[in-house]
This record gives sequence, structure tokens and C-alpha cells, in this order.
Amino acid sequence: MSRGLGAVYRVPALIAAASLTGLLSALVADGVWDALAWLTLGSAVAVGAWFALTGRRGQNAQEPAP
Amino acid sequence: MTQRSLKAWSWVHKWASLVSTVFMLLLCLTGLPLIFHHEIGHLTGSEVEAPPQLAGTPMASMDAVVGAAQALHPERVVQYVSRDPDETALWAVSLNANLTAAEGGKTVVVDAHTAKALAEPKYDEGFMHVMLQLHVDLFAGLPGKLFLGLMGILLLVAIVSGVVLYAPFMRKLDFGAVRRDRSTRVKWLDLHNLLGAVTIAWLLVVGATGVINTWADLVIKFWQFDQMAQMTAPYKDLPPPARLGSLEKAVQAAAAREPQMRPGLVAFPGTPFSSPHHYAVFMRGTEPLSARLFKPVLVDAQTAKVSDSRDLPWYVTALLVSQPLHFGDYGGLPLKIVWALLDIITIVVLGSGLYLWWARRRVAADVLSREDGLLAEGSA
Repeated sequence: MSRGLGAVYRVPALIAAASLTGLLSALVADGVWDALAWLTLGSAVAVGAWFALTGRRGQNAQEPAP
Repeated sequence: MTQRSLKAWSWVHKWASLVSTVFMLLLCLTGLPLIFHHEIGHLTGSEVEAPPQLAGTPMASMDAVVGAAQALHPERVVQYVSRDPDETALWAVSLNANLTAAEGGKTVVVDAHTAKALAEPKYDEGFMHVMLQLHVDLFAGLPGKLFLGLMGILLLVAIVSGVVLYAPFMRKLDFGAVRRDRSTRVKWLDLHNLLGAVTIAWLLVVGATGVINTWADLVIKFWQFDQMAQMTAPYKDLPPPARLGSLEKAVQAAAAREPQMRPGLVAFPGTPFSSPHHYAVFMRGTEPLSARLFKPVLVDAQTAKVSDSRDLPWYVTALLVSQPLHFGDYGGLPLKIVWALLDIITIVVLGSGLYLWWARRRVAADVLSREDGLLAEGSA
């Protein structure tokens, strides 16, 4: 079972878009715009840490043909 | 992806990474404390703190501020007076042996309200100085900067090729899958892909802005030749003034010209950032972004009249905007903490990449492509 490019890149693209939004928002103004940066970039860290430490075990990986 | 292009992208990713990894690890490690240099300065007492003032205390005359610093070093000349966008109650007065010297300067921090000299911080020693120099130029000046910039470009190539390679490796896996039940190599391959994927945008921005920063000296030199020369051209053939007029009056004239801004830096007449005839007053805005930018206002040092002022050209603006995006110092302490965490994740990506290169060489090709999920079947 292979996934299409859209499916493969969907989550990384979302994280990248959120990160860029945060990187720019804190530059524009303080206050809530800073908080948006903490939230978006912080969630990139959280997603990485979650899957790296506790997350999926690759159950969807197809067993390759011998 | 065809086998051919997979091979080509792998080659690009391998070599761009291998060449730059050691330097990127160094930059990540030295950059980590630099993110918090303000906080570390506060804790260790190396950062000068402004004494508390009653609200509404008037500012001292700039002439008195400079006079206080000059009194400590009568044998030196004042080159620059500057202050932080966030700490307007302190002026840093830079003095040197002559007006054009770039090295060997002394800095006196003066209270902007009382014009009392508070401290003479040493910026050229200690742990943080070593971190900074390693990070900026490997103690090798402009060649060191340009070299690190080149390594930064390789990092960008490694990121882009890594993004391309992500697809063939993740075709059969869900996002975030880490195959812990396979070999150590496969587990680290998955972690490398996962952690690389979550840091793509941040590392592209920090990497690209870092590269831009390595060109800072050249950009500023070009600006001096280009804009500064134009602005001072009318004075070119006049003899330099015998006596300088009041700095306070010059700063007031600049402030009157740009009432929405406040002075951030003054270059004294005869320094590389002015002409022999002018105080160059660099005005800053007060918004988060505009506080990072400057508008130079040239004030005749004898008459205290503004003789020219113009917005920065795009290439200096790009340099100045790229600085906060590299430093991560523009969104409070929480942003710095996130910056540090992303930096640590990047260290893991770099380290795992190095490990994967080493481990791959010890595994037979057929095992490799089976384990990586890169079987030719379905990978057209």
C-alpha cells in the first residue's frame, strides 16, 4: 500500500505553514501575535517529541515481500 | 520517483550534509547559549542594568552623556553612541584611538537620565564571547563568516533534498511512524525523517537568515559606498569643521524630522558611518518590526540642520529583518525556549543523519532497500 504525494506531505506541509505563520506573526506585533508564534512553533516541537518518544510504532508499515 | 533520480537526490543530500554537518553541529551548540545571551547576562551580572527612575524624570543632555564617557578616556575619541531598542534609559558610548579604527574600542555605559557613567562592559572576553565568535566567524573574521555562509547554503541544499527524499521513504508509512521493532538503523531513519519534517520551515528560515547575516559586513560596505556617499556628496570638497557643534541639538533636529521615531545610534563626524561634517543619527521606529530598522538622518555638525535623510535601501532592510528571524529574540522568553527546543531537535537530526550515513555503509544494498521501503516495485 503506497500513499500519494499529497498524503505523504500533508502533515509536514501543515506544520511548515503553521511555523511560517508563527515566525512572521511575532515580527508584526506583540501580545497575541507573539502568543501565536509560541503556539505554532511550539506545536511543531510537540508533534516531533510526541511521535519520537511515545507515538506510532509504524503499524501501518507494510511488511515488505521477502 | 525513478531509481535514477532517487540516486541523484540521495547523492546531493549525502554530500551537502556530510560537508556541512560538523559546522552545523558547532553552530547549533554555540547558538544554544546565544539565544539566551540577555538572560545569561542578567544572571551573571555582566549586563548593565539601568538604575530605577521616577516616572517623568527628564533625559540628560546628550552632550553630558558623551562628556561623562569622554572624561573616563580623555585620550580617546568618541565614535558612536547607541542604545538598545528595549532599553532606552542607557546609552553606550564607544571610544577608540582614532575615528576610523574598527578594533580595540572601549564602551562606556551611561545613564540616560543622570549622565552618570555606570560601567565599562568588556565584550571581548569570557564564555559568551567565545560562543559568539565561534558562531559568527570561527575567530577568522570576514573569511570565516563567508565560509560559514557557504556551509549554510549547503544546509539549505540538504534541507531541500531531504524534503524530496522524504516521499520515497515515507510512501508506505504514516506520518510519525517510528519502526522500533526493526534494526536500530531503521528506527533512527524514521526519527531522522520525523524530526527533519517538523523542523523544515524553521530551519529553512534560520538557515537562510543566518546565511544573509554572514554577508552583513559586505552589505553595509556597499551601503556606505552607495547611499552614504550620495548623501554626503554635497560636502565632499569642503574642509572638515574645526569644531563640532552640540550633539544634543543635532539629535533634537533629527528627532524633529522623524517625530514617530527615536534615536538608536549616532555616528560621529569622521567615522565610517558618517562624513567629516555630519552627525549621522540613525532613527528607529517603535513597533516590533520598525524598531529593528533604521532611518539615517544626516545633521550638519556645525549648524545642527538636517542636510539629508532617506529610507534604507531594500538590501539593508532585508539584512535587518533577517536578524530577529535568525536570533529568535522577537517574541519574548517563550519564543526563545521554543527556539532552543527546535535547535536541540536540529542537533538530533544532524547527529542521526551522520549515524545513518555511517550505518548504511555496513549494510548490504538489497537489505538496505528492503528495510527502507525503497523496493523498485511500485516506485516508478
